[in-house]
Amino acid sequence: MLIRFFLMLRAGGVPVSITEFLALLEALKKGTQPFSENPEKGCVPFFTFFTVDEFYWLTRTILVKDERHYDRFDRVFAAHFKGVEQAFEALLTTAIPADWLRKSLELQLSAEEKARIEALGGWDALMETLRRRLAEQQSRHEGGSKWIGTGGTSPFGAHGYNPEGVRIGQDNSRNRRAVKIWDRREFANLDDSAELGRRNVKLALRRLRRFARQGAAEQLDLEGTIESTARRAGLLDIRMVPERHNSVKVLLFLDVGGSMDDHVRICEELFSAARTEFKHLEYFYFHNFVYESVWKDNRRRYTERTSTTEVMRTYGHDYKLVVVGDATMSPYEIVQPGGSIEHWNEEPGSAWMRRLLASYPHHVWLNPEPQERWEFTPSIRITRELFEARMLPLTLEGLDRAMRVLQ
Amino acid sequence: MKQPATPRFAGSDNYVATGELTLAVNAAVTLSRPLLIKGEPGTGKTQLAQEVARTLDCPLYEWHIKSTSKAQQGLYEYDAVSRLRDSQLGDARVQDIANYIVPGMLWRAFESDQQAVLLIDEIDKADIEFPNDLLRELDRMEFYVYETRQLVKARHRPVVFITSNNEKELPDAFLRRCFFHYIRFPDRETMERIVDVHFPGLKKQLLAEALTAFYRIRDVPGLKKKPSTSELLDWLKLLLAEDIPPEALRADDQKASIPPLYGALLKNEQDVHLFEQLVFLNRRSGRPG
Repeated sequence: MLIRFFLMLRAGGVPVSITEFLALLEALKKGTQPFSENPEKGCVPFFTFFTVDEFYWLTRTILVKDERHYDRFDRVFAAHFKGVEQAFEALLTTAIPADWLRKSLELQLSAEEKARIEALGGWDALMETLRRRLAEQQSRHEGGSKWIGTGGTSPFGAHGYNPEGVRIGQDNSRNRRAVKIWDRREFANLDDSAELGRRNVKLALRRLRRFARQGAAEQLDLEGTIESTARRAGLLDIRMVPERHNSVKVLLFLDVGGSMDDHVRICEELFSAARTEFKHLEYFYFHNFVYESVWKDNRRRYTERTSTTEVMRTYGHDYKLVVVGDATMSPYEIVQPGGSIEHWNEEPGSAWMRRLLASYPHHVWLNPEPQERWEFTPSIRITRELFEARMLPLTLEGLDRAMRVLQ
Repeated sequence: MKQPATPRFAGSDNYVATGELTLAVNAAVTLSRPLLIKGEPGTGKTQLAQEVARTLDCPLYEWHIKSTSKAQQGLYEYDAVSRLRDSQLGDARVQDIANYIVPGMLWRAFESDQQAVLLIDEIDKADIEFPNDLLRELDRMEFYVYETRQLVKARHRPVVFITSNNEKELPDAFLRRCFFHYIRFPDRETMERIVDVHFPGLKKQLLAEALTAFYRIRDVPGLKKKPSTSELLDWLKLLLAEDIPPEALRADDQKASIPPLYGALLKNEQDVHLFEQLVFLNRRSGRPG
């Protein structure tokens, strides 16, 4: 069952490896068999039983290493458990490991509860009843919430399941709540970044690295030390220099929506590669062309906008400006006031673009449209003129050239 | 010989841990894997390690990472400069290289007589390669001191907590060796428990009003820095010190729509400005904030 889950996770885009899967199995083993290792002490293991909540949390803790993958995990978990429900029914009709249940119960219950169970006819009778109940209830399964009990008179209710068998517990409201945890999909927001870009995109970006010595002096400057020591007739004089760091700063403007939908994949790759490559990377989104404001969050593009002036004020001239867009639109959107298709713009987009270009002398436009078509699209021609031909195709080769231009 | 009971962590009297966090901690302790903690700033990532050490009664070793930190510094440092100086001054100590090996936090945690808690705080501040340099050390809990040809091995595998603020992505090989937990921003119910732990005698009404005001501010779109748990606690401390009546926090009070002492919650003049504008707009349109 768990192997299928593991494969489903991988198919669902959660990067899990065998190491992590083995760690999960180890955790399950340690969680369910603590008594044999340490019978006298009766120490309470950290999870004697799995409630479904706990099983969900445990798998998530062990298998998922990034909160951006939580949402994918939730979806796979939900899908998997739907499948397991059928398997669960099959399990009920065949066998329940009664010994295991009993052992577990003994440790969970207080003395009075044990007495009450004795009064109900002892363990075996109770197990028999329980098994009958389980079978009876088969037809009434619904949703993800499995609630099985002995009519409120029993000291226990049973619900949920773990891969080893059936869970017995006393808190019978848990399951209903648990199912909601992953169905709520609270982490959907975090899953907005694409999968890591291909290594070669990163390698191309690496060209832009520029190392500079900044900050505290803490590396031994060997040559300086030798020279200075020699000058002082052999009395040691240590010289230190600051370490080298990648000091390139990048300002990324990304066109979203409309005609850019065709190029989402490659833009995502570029974006995620750029994010890991540069320490100083700021990104903003725009639609078709840059006007007086841009935004950072596409879900809140109408409420949270940053004015372009503020961007220019905040990020210094040493930032390198990279605009990614297809520049395919009506020419009016660039040259006319009020030309924007989304709002009334007082000044034409070209005015804003000129200001940006003046602010950032190192700039380049990356265009995902095939280069052959550039000549036939008027808006691309206008944009190229604005950029003084510093428009390059969004291909590996173009990226490579762009990085040289920015240097 | 009996095995020692598996220690359990279940929050403490001044730290509220949710069920999922408790389980993550206990899983990491039981399986002795490092636990990587992420979450918004101010959600108690660093404090977790301190509380675990306190409740499990283990010594705590804190290694705070800076942008200049090197993995080697956590293991040991060879103080070549003092040795060179000593040699020039003719000190006898210079003969033994071990005199110049300074153990780092990892070494000290490995050598601890009982199981220790090791906190590697803000690992994302360091260089991209930093986590890769600790792979074997965290996996096998041992490392080799080249200068003295000595193998340092952990007597008891320490419980390792690693915190990150997501400034850099961590390498896959490193992540595979860790368990991971993302501390979500507490919901109102959990927040009430947290506040209760810190201010046991707080008046119900004040707390309710303060939380409403707090979540109202957090919901303002476009804030540069959303106030977090630690800021709420600071603010409550101020409110108590100034003896502000609960009514003053109510949103529909026209005179005081901006919560008193908001400086504890909003740390940025643009945020304050934005909030004032919103309050102004709300007042004009006659809606409560």
